[in-house]
Amino acid sequence: MTTKLTNNQIAWRAAQDIHDGAYVNLGIGFPEKVAQYQPRGREAIFHTENGILNFGEAPPAGQEDWDLINAGKRAVTLKPGASFFHHADSFAMVRGGHLDVAILGAYEVAENGDLANWSTGPKGIPAVGGAMDLVHGAKRVAVITDHVTKDGKPKLLKRCSLPLTGVGCVTRVYTSLAVVDIEGGRFVLKEKLPTLSLDELQAVTGAELLVAGPVADLIVPEL
Amino acid sequence: MDKSVADLATAVAGIEDGMTVMIGGFGGAGAPIELIHALIDRYRASGHPKDLTIVNNNAGNGHVGLAALIETGMVRKLICSFPRSADPVVFTDLYLAGKIELELVPQGTLAERIRAGGAGIPAFYTPSSYGTDLAKGKPVAEFDGRSYVQERWLKADVALVKAETADTHGNLTFRAAARNFNPLMCMASKEAVVQATRIVPAGVIDPENVVTPGIFVQKVVEVAHPQQEEDLNRANAVYPGAV
Repeated sequence: MTTKLTNNQIAWRAAQDIHDGAYVNLGIGFPEKVAQYQPRGREAIFHTENGILNFGEAPPAGQEDWDLINAGKRAVTLKPGASFFHHADSFAMVRGGHLDVAILGAYEVAENGDLANWSTGPKGIPAVGGAMDLVHGAKRVAVITDHVTKDGKPKLLKRCSLPLTGVGCVTRVYTSLAVVDIEGGRFVLKEKLPTLSLDELQAVTGAELLVAGPVADLIVPEL
Repeated sequence: MDKSVADLATAVAGIEDGMTVMIGGFGGAGAPIELIHALIDRYRASGHPKDLTIVNNNAGNGHVGLAALIETGMVRKLICSFPRSADPVVFTDLYLAGKIELELVPQGTLAERIRAGGAGIPAFYTPSSYGTDLAKGKPVAEFDGRSYVQERWLKADVALVKAETADTHGNLTFRAAARNFNPLMCMASKEAVVQATRIVPAGVIDPENVVTPGIFVQKVVEVAHPQQEEDLNRANAVYPGAV
């Protein structure tokens, strides 16, 4: 019985909502997995903020071209119809509302749509990259994350405690237990694992989950 | 008109103590390794230039290129978006010891500040960083019901840039994602110094294919077989190696 989704399964679920022809930015790390699970017959164009549209998977080891990398500085390949552009154009695509979806990781998400995903506090070297830009402008800003931290603490909260990446920016959260929309400053439950009761889900969520309509079963294939 | 110069030493001769220098590249892609190393050579021979302010997306990786420049002790301040890498030990140690200053800027804001510097726009408003720690102390204004942060242009004395093909007028093409910040930095600097894999006579590059027009470029130097930071780091290279 499924007690929680794996990262691959969360990525699969997020990929099902990307429509044919969508322009998509996937954050560095875990969100990059979403690209593997594009439903057959749909073509999404992936944007990497260092200056490529329509890049594909990594080349075989030894065939890397280090001028052809993604924002995570990993080697990629090109698909037919790819293009290159400089950084000001790249972030015009981001902030200018031209991307359909941005899918990002999170340390914390708040019910008002605030996101914290760039800094765990004042220790060490601060580094932001494109995180604060990517949360603005895409038509949908979705988060994929485990429902709780490694210590079992909720990541979906009333308000973020860590330094913010953006204010009121997240529209949907795909977690290891549920799919939750952010509407009018509230978490609205859309899907949950069928093995989990609403009370059990609420117990590991740091803010009230509103049930405003039917809650579908979150069913994901074994991956 | 011929903007080509004979060698790397001549190309970097105009950089003086205390200058702001933009260095192109995102990670290793588009990083002008040979120009950076020529600047290190000059410092090791003469003690100058020092107290530089460097603008780059990152803070270097390993012990070559920008990391080597920082390690040599020539850099007073870094303006960047992501000072982490696979091997960021050079910057990390100096930063934690309080020996180098950091101005952290969101990546898109960094690009737009540089573009604005080159375009004569002293300030602009962006949604990026609104409501976050990086917006502290900056003016905020509301437009059509949304809040935005005011950011200022960023300009430099010199830009060190990597291109694929340059002509003698300074028209440039770039290679793949090595374009990144390079065209913007040419615009925002008083002197854009470009290393190109080949320099061709004016007229060889189709005007339709010029990415950076020569008006933004002051010097070009040919580096026929440029090194890649990633390859150097995989070989554990250190610049300027043991003497």
